[in-house]
Amino acid sequence: MTPQPAPETGPLLGKLSLDALPLHEPILVVTFIVVALGGLAVLWAITRYRLWGYLWTEWFTTVDHKRIGIMYMILGLIMFLRGFSDAIMMRLQQAMAFGGSQGYLPAHHYDQVFTAHGVIMIFFVAMPFITGLMNYIVPLQIGARDVSFPFLNNFSFWMTTAGAVLCMISLFVGEFAQTGWLAYPPLSGLAYSPNVGVDYYIWSLQIAGVGTTLSGINLIVTMLKLRAPGMGLMKMPVFTWTSLCANILIVATFPVLTATLALLSLDRYVGTNFFTNDFGGSPMMYVNLIWIWGHPEVYILILPLFGVYSEVTSTFSGKKLFGYTSMVYATVCITILSYIVWLHHFFTMGSGASVNSFFGITTMVISIPTGAKLFNWLFTMYRGRIRFELPMMWTVAFMLTFVVGGMTGVLLAVPPADFVLHNSLFLVAHFHNVIIGGVLFGLFAAINYWWPKAFGFRLDPFWGKVSFWCWVPGFWLAFMPLYILGLMGVTRRMRVFDDPSLQIWFVVAGFGAAVIAVGIAAMLIQFGVSIWRRDQLRDETGDPWGGRTLEWATSSPPPDYNFAFTPVIHDLDAWHDMKRRGHRRPVAGFRDIHMPANTGAGVILAGISLVMGFALVWHIWWLVGVSFAALIGAAIAHTFNYKRDFDIPAATVAAVEDARTRRLAATGA
Amino acid sequence: MSPDPATNHAAHPHEIEMPHASLRDYLIGFALSVVLTAIPFWLVMTMPLSAGATAAIIMGFAVVQIVVHMIFFLHMTPKAEGGWSLTSLVFTIIVLGIALAGSLWVMHHLNANMMPMPHDMNQLP
Amino acid sequence: MSTTTLAKPDEELSFYQLDEHPHPEGHSTMLGFWIYLMSDCLIFSILFACYAVLGGNYAAGPAPKDLFELPLVALNTAMLLFSSITYGFVVLQMQQGKVRGTQIWLAVTALFGAAFLAIELYEFSHLIHIGATPQRSAFLSAFFTLVGTHGLHVTFGIVWLLTLMVQLGRYGLIPANKRRVLCLSMFWHFLDVVWIGVFTIVYLMGMLQ
Repeated sequence: MTPQPAPETGPLLGKLSLDALPLHEPILVVTFIVVALGGLAVLWAITRYRLWGYLWTEWFTTVDHKRIGIMYMILGLIMFLRGFSDAIMMRLQQAMAFGGSQGYLPAHHYDQVFTAHGVIMIFFVAMPFITGLMNYIVPLQIGARDVSFPFLNNFSFWMTTAGAVLCMISLFVGEFAQTGWLAYPPLSGLAYSPNVGVDYYIWSLQIAGVGTTLSGINLIVTMLKLRAPGMGLMKMPVFTWTSLCANILIVATFPVLTATLALLSLDRYVGTNFFTNDFGGSPMMYVNLIWIWGHPEVYILILPLFGVYSEVTSTFSGKKLFGYTSMVYATVCITILSYIVWLHHFFTMGSGASVNSFFGITTMVISIPTGAKLFNWLFTMYRGRIRFELPMMWTVAFMLTFVVGGMTGVLLAVPPADFVLHNSLFLVAHFHNVIIGGVLFGLFAAINYWWPKAFGFRLDPFWGKVSFWCWVPGFWLAFMPLYILGLMGVTRRMRVFDDPSLQIWFVVAGFGAAVIAVGIAAMLIQFGVSIWRRDQLRDETGDPWGGRTLEWATSSPPPDYNFAFTPVIHDLDAWHDMKRRGHRRPVAGFRDIHMPANTGAGVILAGISLVMGFALVWHIWWLVGVSFAALIGAAIAHTFNYKRDFDIPAATVAAVEDARTRRLAATGA
Repeated sequence: MSPDPATNHAAHPHEIEMPHASLRDYLIGFALSVVLTAIPFWLVMTMPLSAGATAAIIMGFAVVQIVVHMIFFLHMTPKAEGGWSLTSLVFTIIVLGIALAGSLWVMHHLNANMMPMPHDMNQLP
Repeated sequence: MSTTTLAKPDEELSFYQLDEHPHPEGHSTMLGFWIYLMSDCLIFSILFACYAVLGGNYAAGPAPKDLFELPLVALNTAMLLFSSITYGFVVLQMQQGKVRGTQIWLAVTALFGAAFLAIELYEFSHLIHIGATPQRSAFLSAFFTLVGTHGLHVTFGIVWLLTLMVQLGRYGLIPANKRRVLCLSMFWHFLDVVWIGVFTIVYLMGMLQ
């Protein structure tokens, strides 16, 4: 079948025309009005309070890993609200569409909703959140002043944001992909998806992918080269170790995604035959390649959070982590094993018994190191003096929730079982179980744990607990029915159902989603209330939890330069070791500190990339050419900027440190 | 040793470690590469051996030539960058091998299990 | 730098580097660039995997034997290999602190690279002219993409070579420019390594089938 692309409108605007605006879809029109009003309000407020200059010099052009980390977290939070609204839409549709009712979402809209939900949650929520965490914490934990490549860090953030913006634009201009979050051909090929949706998908991921890959390289080199003296690899904090392995996975696997999406885009733009059904192409090769990326991706998501759990468990049990060495080896094992399990995502595609058995066994084996980690956390808690602050509460919820998800994963690893359960709601329940129970609960633990470090005041515990007690039961209510439905044979991504006996389960799941929504609202209220009451929640010590790792040695928030003097490390849990041995913080003898300078080049390059992505989506070829030339020109121009750093004078350092000395004295520390 | 605040950063006391290249290394590498390229081309253009043997030899020569490039042109040693250059190279080769071998194995089985057709689907337009 | 191990509790020197030597400028650069090259290597590995899996799918169209001219490929390979040795001379000139010499050999390398690209573009245009287009079959899609991606990298390398010549002219062999010369060295030789894979697996093995 020869591809029939949508007719070009003309040389000036490519395929773009007023038809691209979804004026006939009331949901989108209302959404646009709300977003436009909200956006205009924000822009007006920034202008009214004259904050543009401040935002540009202090945030947009910053190369400070702490500020970049915070910006990543904000991006993740905003995109989370979008991804969750997609979830609510799906739950509502599925709860309604019984007994002849078609629900309220037509098929082409529903298909975009579940595709966007997956793409946004993985690429624009989970990845930015964990990148933000690693960016903020890792340099502090290793006693460094910044990452190895501060400009690249800024550029990576803006590329990720540009990808997210391009994805969001698809909501109001054109459409998004209707293929599911991995866009399998032939459905994602030109013949069956002739419109711009899959192109939005491809380019937003390619742009964001550049950011992610560069960030991975950046953090690996940081951890290998910038550790404080005395911090050998086996004295690194566990969060740093898991971040190192996650970033190794990023660098060693995102190129696969880049190449595979590039091949899909060649099929769509040039008419090549990699993944077509004719002329020798093979759609199965796409599935194979995309999962070679896709499986390590989920370990990228979870490993940093395993590190968070290790830090939180040991801190709030008042004990050093049990089995540090085995934790490190377990993490490295998981990293390597994650490359030899990918076929379990397509047991049913027909590779036969020998191939399926191999990958089934490797998939079961990879659960073992994770089990080892869990035992280590339990042994850490055993005979500890456990404080159930919010980070610890989230950790316990993780332990109970994630284990169930992990077990259903091992169940799915059995090929004959998977033949029944593949692409059912059982699978959907499994991966939400591990992602929400593992990644999301871990993020909430991390946010509650490290917020005081980043902002100088703790988060309000009451609203945090409200959020917790809504999220955990809400999650179980929302997803346990899906396990049952999956076992009964219900397929994923269904819009309308015939069997009325299934409806009750979808209603329960919808109710669970509503409870989660309350939990999310409570979390937002928690942020708001905490900022409002920050003076009462203030922490002046820099170490509100009795932490064990170096980030707690700094003030809250840390100064721009992190450490006035680079610490010298003697043992694991370096800060705990320093406190135990009665270290004295130096109060004199400060030196000039060499720091990297801010730059606007990252914003500019990412902005041009966004324009180029948009032009590629809409086939506006002249704009593709112009923006490409501008991109190369701007990049080359940036390389002519040799003045990339400056010195913080010793007097400034002294002033900052003296202020800290006074604050510490006031707390009686 | 206290740095003078007025000094610009170009006066750092230490420079980074840089690999030391020598003319001898480059010439040896070049000569070896020429030989390791010429022989495979000659083997394929004149075909004195069977296809199987030729394939094995040219693959072997390719591997050797890559190693030659690594050592003589890229100055790869186990000591470069504290051992991390070699470690990351080995890891990359492992992942490359898994992706290549894994894809070939999986796709071969997938294709073998496709419904039998009267003609070779590869050759259909 | 303090080298004490266990210290007395009030020995504050052992916990902080009061006499600090900051890392020299650019001390992460070479490792960072090498790791980037490893990621680039993985992009090529996926393209090789596609060529390996789909390269036999001629779709009743032309096969390698019908298309590849080994003498031309040998010439191409020679151009790239010469460019590798001339880049070696770039580094040697740099080590001797000679800006002019470095620039000259950068220019020669760029010329060999351009020759490589010209021959490749000639080959591509000939193939397209006789109907062996990237759209003709999966084999040709994989061929053009693998060889073309390598060619794109060479193109970027040439742009970098020229930019570096200008930067050397303007700023001389300052540490930042030396690092750039060494990074481009890694990039350029890496491209030759990939080409070894390409000419062996695509062209030579192709003629054996």
